[in-house]
Amino acid sequence: MSLVELHAIHKSFGALQVLKGIDLKIDEGQVIALIGKSGSGKSTLLRTINGLETIDDGTIMVAGKKVGDHDTDLLQLRLNVGMVFQQFNLFPHYTALENVMLSPQVVKKQSKGEARKIAEEMLAKVGLSDKMMHYPDQLSGGQQQRVAIARALAMKPRVLLCDEVTSALDPELVNEVLAVVRQLAEEGMTLVMVTHEMRFAREVCDSLVFMHQGRIHESGNPEHVFASPKTPELASFVGGLAG
Amino acid sequence: MAYQFDFGAILPHWKLLLDGVVLTTELAAIGAVAGVGLGILGAWARTARTPVISQLVGVYVELIRNTPFLVQLFFIFFGLPALGIKLSEFQAAALAMVVNLGAYSTEIVRAGIQAIPAGQIEAAQSLAMNRVQIFRYIIIRPALKKIWPALSSQVVIVMLGSSVCSQIAAEELTFAANYIQGMNFRAFEVYFVTTGLYLVMSILLRQILKVFGNFLFERRNHA
Ligand SMILES: Nc1ncnc2c1ncn2[C@@H]1O[C@H](COP(=O)(O)OP(=O)(O)OP(=O)(O)O)[C@@H](O)[C@H]1O
Ligand SMILES: [Mg+2]
Repeated sequence: MSLVELHAIHKSFGALQVLKGIDLKIDEGQVIALIGKSGSGKSTLLRTINGLETIDDGTIMVAGKKVGDHDTDLLQLRLNVGMVFQQFNLFPHYTALENVMLSPQVVKKQSKGEARKIAEEMLAKVGLSDKMMHYPDQLSGGQQQRVAIARALAMKPRVLLCDEVTSALDPELVNEVLAVVRQLAEEGMTLVMVTHEMRFAREVCDSLVFMHQGRIHESGNPEHVFASPKTPELASFVGGLAG
Repeated sequence: MAYQFDFGAILPHWKLLLDGVVLTTELAAIGAVAGVGLGILGAWARTARTPVISQLVGVYVELIRNTPFLVQLFFIFFGLPALGIKLSEFQAAALAMVVNLGAYSTEIVRAGIQAIPAGQIEAAQSLAMNRVQIFRYIIIRPALKKIWPALSSQVVIVMLGSSVCSQIAAEELTFAANYIQGMNFRAFEVYFVTTGLYLVMSILLRQILKVFGNFLFERRNHA
């Protein structure tokens, strides 16, 4: 059984059908890249996996349990599924360390000492041991995003969802964040990432999912998919990126 | 014939004025703490998912903001006894101030809450925090920080508004001033001094709120 199983997920915003029946399995340790044109529903799909969007139809199973729409179901879901956003979304009134410590303390009821130990460990992992006492506005975008990753990791999720985590960054800051994601992938973390960094997706991911008009249009091993796209839509998407 | 100023005529009544200042201070303190507290609760309720709760609070806010404070005060002091709720002058004055500031601060705090970027709330949700935790740890402090100056001004306005409570014979500063003026007919001197006292109290209150705000919102861990 897969860690996350999506079955026939449908989602509309008013009259706009954004997800038109998505089936997706995410196995433990799998690294999946979600690609596709703007508006194809990538963010919406990730957000449904985290319970940030309700679904109109279909089922989401996480770790063998069906996710309902009760608050407790959502909280349980989110203990298993972490998320990192394009805009970092750090809490401005807390230091980097406090940002990372907060949820383990208030949600998991860890002691301050315990939470601090884990937070320091996670901040070290993302290379920010020397910035723990900085506030978000005292950090560069790349550093903020790395704190956001550490913050998600401190909850020990079983899957981490990354929605264009480098898209809001200046080009010279992209690599420090990608390096962290690459390291997570190498350590066996289960990852689903929306990305426009095709080279990175090709090197790091073991599965590529191409979304088109609210459906999974094509998916498979990145090398194969890039080298010989089966559908004209993916061919033109890949071609468009190259050109 | 020119008016002969005689500020000395107030001196014998200094105790009355002092009592008035003390009572006004008490009213302001109760009003500020409970009123802002009520405002925070109200703003929280405005974000509730149950529309009924949010709408009830909305009605309360509009009712208070669109009626005169004096009428609210009269209603509480003279009107409520008809329902068997009889309050002393002080209790009625304090309640009126709390209810009044509660409505205004509900709207002010709500504006602060709305200014919190949605992404921060989603980040907190994705970290498995529940609604109460998100309000307490993520929303309220930055929200209050944003609107602290507006909220402080409203607290001062309500403190000054307490002068209206003299109308139900709550013995605050204006009541004391009226009383002294009635005895010595030194209207200019009495109200001149009273004005000065209100001015000093306003400035002090503003300072206290500023210092308290700095304490509340200061960054404790320095990089
Ligand atoms: N909250 C919302 N209300 C209404 N429409 C929405 C909402 N969120 C997304 N949409 C619409 O749903 C469609 C899919 O949006 P989504 O953000 O999932 O696309 P995306 O694939 O992530 O695109 P991008 O690459 O630009 O991030 C878009 O047409 C978008 O305008
Ligand atoms: Mg998107």
